[in-house]
Amino acid sequence: MTGGRVPLGIMSVPSTTSRPAAANSVWPRLEPLLPQVTKPIQYVGGELGAVVKEWDAATVRWALMYPDAYEVGLPNQGVQILYEVLNELPDVLAERTYAVWPDLEKLMRAHGVPQFTVDAHRPVRDFDLFGVSFATELGYTNLLTAIDLAGIPLLAADRTDADPVLVAGGHAAFNPEPIADFIDAAVLGDGEEAVLEITGIVRQWKAEGCPGGRDELLLRLARTESVYVPRFYDVDYLPDGRIQRVVPNRADVPFRVHKRTTMDLDAWPYPKKPLVPLAETVHERYAVEIFRGCTRGCRFCQAGMITRPVRERSITTVGQMVQQGLEFSGFHEVGLLSLSSADHSEIGDMCSGLAEQYQGTNVSLSLPSTRVDAFNIELAQELSRNGRRTGLTFAPEGGSERIRKVINKMVSKDDLIRTVVTAYTNGWRQVKLYFMCGLPTETDDDVLEIADMAHEVIRAGRAATGSKDIRCTVSIGGFVPKPHTPFQWAAMQRPEVIDHRLRLLKQAINADRSLGRAIGYRYHDGEPSLIEGLLSRGDRRVGAVIRRVWEKGGRFDGWSEHFSYQRWVDAAAEVLPDFGVDLDWYTTRERDELEVLPWDHLDSGLDKDWLWQDWQDALSEYEQDDCRWTPCFDCGVCPAMDTEIQIGPTGRKLLPLTPVNGLKLPTGAQQ
Amino acid sequence: MAFSQGFTPHPKISYASAAPTGVASEAEYLEIGLREAVDPEQLRVALDAALSSGLDVLDAVVASGTSLPDRIEASHWRIELPQVEPEVLAKAVDAFTAADEVLVERMTKQGRRTFDARAAVVSLDVSASSATPSGAPAVPCAILELVVRQVTPSVRPDDVLSGFRVVAGLEPPVAPKVIRLAQGTLTAQGAIVDPLDAERDGATIGGR
Repeated sequence: MTGGRVPLGIMSVPSTTSRPAAANSVWPRLEPLLPQVTKPIQYVGGELGAVVKEWDAATVRWALMYPDAYEVGLPNQGVQILYEVLNELPDVLAERTYAVWPDLEKLMRAHGVPQFTVDAHRPVRDFDLFGVSFATELGYTNLLTAIDLAGIPLLAADRTDADPVLVAGGHAAFNPEPIADFIDAAVLGDGEEAVLEITGIVRQWKAEGCPGGRDELLLRLARTESVYVPRFYDVDYLPDGRIQRVVPNRADVPFRVHKRTTMDLDAWPYPKKPLVPLAETVHERYAVEIFRGCTRGCRFCQAGMITRPVRERSITTVGQMVQQGLEFSGFHEVGLLSLSSADHSEIGDMCSGLAEQYQGTNVSLSLPSTRVDAFNIELAQELSRNGRRTGLTFAPEGGSERIRKVINKMVSKDDLIRTVVTAYTNGWRQVKLYFMCGLPTETDDDVLEIADMAHEVIRAGRAATGSKDIRCTVSIGGFVPKPHTPFQWAAMQRPEVIDHRLRLLKQAINADRSLGRAIGYRYHDGEPSLIEGLLSRGDRRVGAVIRRVWEKGGRFDGWSEHFSYQRWVDAAAEVLPDFGVDLDWYTTRERDELEVLPWDHLDSGLDKDWLWQDWQDALSEYEQDDCRWTPCFDCGVCPAMDTEIQIGPTGRKLLPLTPVNGLKLPTGAQQ
Repeated sequence: MAFSQGFTPHPKISYASAAPTGVASEAEYLEIGLREAVDPEQLRVALDAALSSGLDVLDAVVASGTSLPDRIEASHWRIELPQVEPEVLAKAVDAFTAADEVLVERMTKQGRRTFDARAAVVSLDVSASSATPSGAPAVPCAILELVVRQVTPSVRPDDVLSGFRVVAGLEPPVAPKVIRLAQGTLTAQGAIVDPLDAERDGATIGGR
């Protein structure tokens, strides 16, 4: 070995006996199955940051699930935050569970092993609460697998006091109607305080000796007006299939259920002890949310609509979280996350301060941003001081100026080209441009303009750098109209039309062979988007489709190798005609102003009249400013939720870090 | 922790003949490069604290002399074969030992390969179930103690079991449990010597 480094031989002896199984652990039955499945490490648990508590010492026990494979689910911020917040309470225990792959599912069924947590391998059915976080609707079939494997009745109506209360959360919970029959409750909005309130209600109810059983507990949850219990609401339909009304079917249940908003992010600096996976996962980094909410007003963006108002985490809290998070975890990458990170009022000082603090170390910083402007490049330059300029992403989202007015993404073609050229001249060789296809009012020409833009980017980039060694990748996602957005009324485009436009675009990009060679092209077929559209704007009747697909073997619908369009089409054709509707009715049909939407009784704070007005503005190609720097435009959230925009700057700066030398030794007993 | 130079720096860490997935081990060795000198015992404590329970770091020494891979000549495995009569296993072992060469197949990263599983095997001992470490119930359980030389392609316990299938038609009815007990240099008598002994200078570290 060379260079003054001290090589060490380390002998590590994994003991086969040192892991005492919890009393209700399924580990002895699970372990023999693991050599027979792919990537068994994902089911073992024991990660740095994981917590195993004594079962009997806890009064309220949560099983938390991200309904996708471990490699996708583990890095999920939402689950990690709730896991930590709950486990900080002395009398509360939270463990994690993920979707098992079909190979293990088969073995678990054959050997009678139930859905288990990875922490102490306890059966999910033993817990008081089963919280499932849905970032996307494509996890619904995995939810059914988990419920069924857990030995919990699929239908909420069939469950007894022996079953956990299944609570759905995450962005998809803003319209939980398609899974209303399978869940007991849904929480809209920020989870930090909501899980504590639910925990408090369960604790109290158990302390009283569980009066009134499950029904009483659900009623107490519903009375908070921020927990939606679908069974307490009846949905009536009109003869033409539309919803007539959604009304409570018992007293003291609110007509509308409101979303939760955590106002002071500095008071909730989680995750403090991020989970460090033993298996490979999609993100291996310390992620810190630098703000929540977004008022840019992109009309397709559900996240931007349902997480209002903007609430910033201060530069000093972010700095402290990064320092502690890295020290705890040993990660080498930091992600400064939010819906549009370059918009943080202190982002410049934050990036230069962190870059300064970690200069000369192996820590790399990243900043996802959808902004298309020079400032974005300035930040990226700051963050890539160590010399790695791998790729930059810009998201114009729409190909033509006209369609960008429809979706309210205010960037001109000239700005875009100028920005990308600036990136090239500053040393970036690879730029990714993100667009959507299938947007409302979109024509073939709108999509074909993407090719012009890409050509011009390469042409201008070559001229500015004098080099042929620059590339751009055009990446296209399918538009899916989402609840609580101005596009919630919009018709989806048929997959054939989408696929045709994508083919035309490919031809147009390659029409100029010299330029085309420098342009990469990535896209998704239209079919999965249509199914996502069915699920995102579905009502309770869609639950029957989900169940049918699941019974026919549907699993992991977010994975192209597992997703079957035909299975969804067949299930819809089998189930929906009984209700007088069909797949098209849910997807390619435009709704009118007065139609009762399945999620109207769920309050995201957005005023429905404002959403409709914004939809009309979209159709007339009228843009809407951001209320952070222009006057309030009355979207309704702040007054309805009693919240306000919280932005800096605080004027503080990040101080240089005192370098931590030597080893991080455990202080006292490790948990 | 030291990192490699270059566009994407990697931590300097290398594993010597890591056990295959799904196999228990009491003796894995790895080598890491550090940026500065640290006390090996403190390093051991720090690493052990960061790893999950069951992955226990028992010892650390400052490397000197020959490289770690050069010190790993052989591996000692214990293979429990539940529901296999010891006499049946003994017959398979005899047939295997008697053969000059036992060709087996395995999927490797380079595709399906055929290689000899016999030559690398130093010793094979069969014992009966009474000593079953994992406390299996009252079914027969044969136990195989296997010492195998580190060669390329490596001959793993499952390759030796494949060899038993080839020479004696032995098919274990349930999945065998495999534990690696030791690795190290091989003495003329066929014993395995701890590869870190050289650095220990005879001192007792970690209660050994």
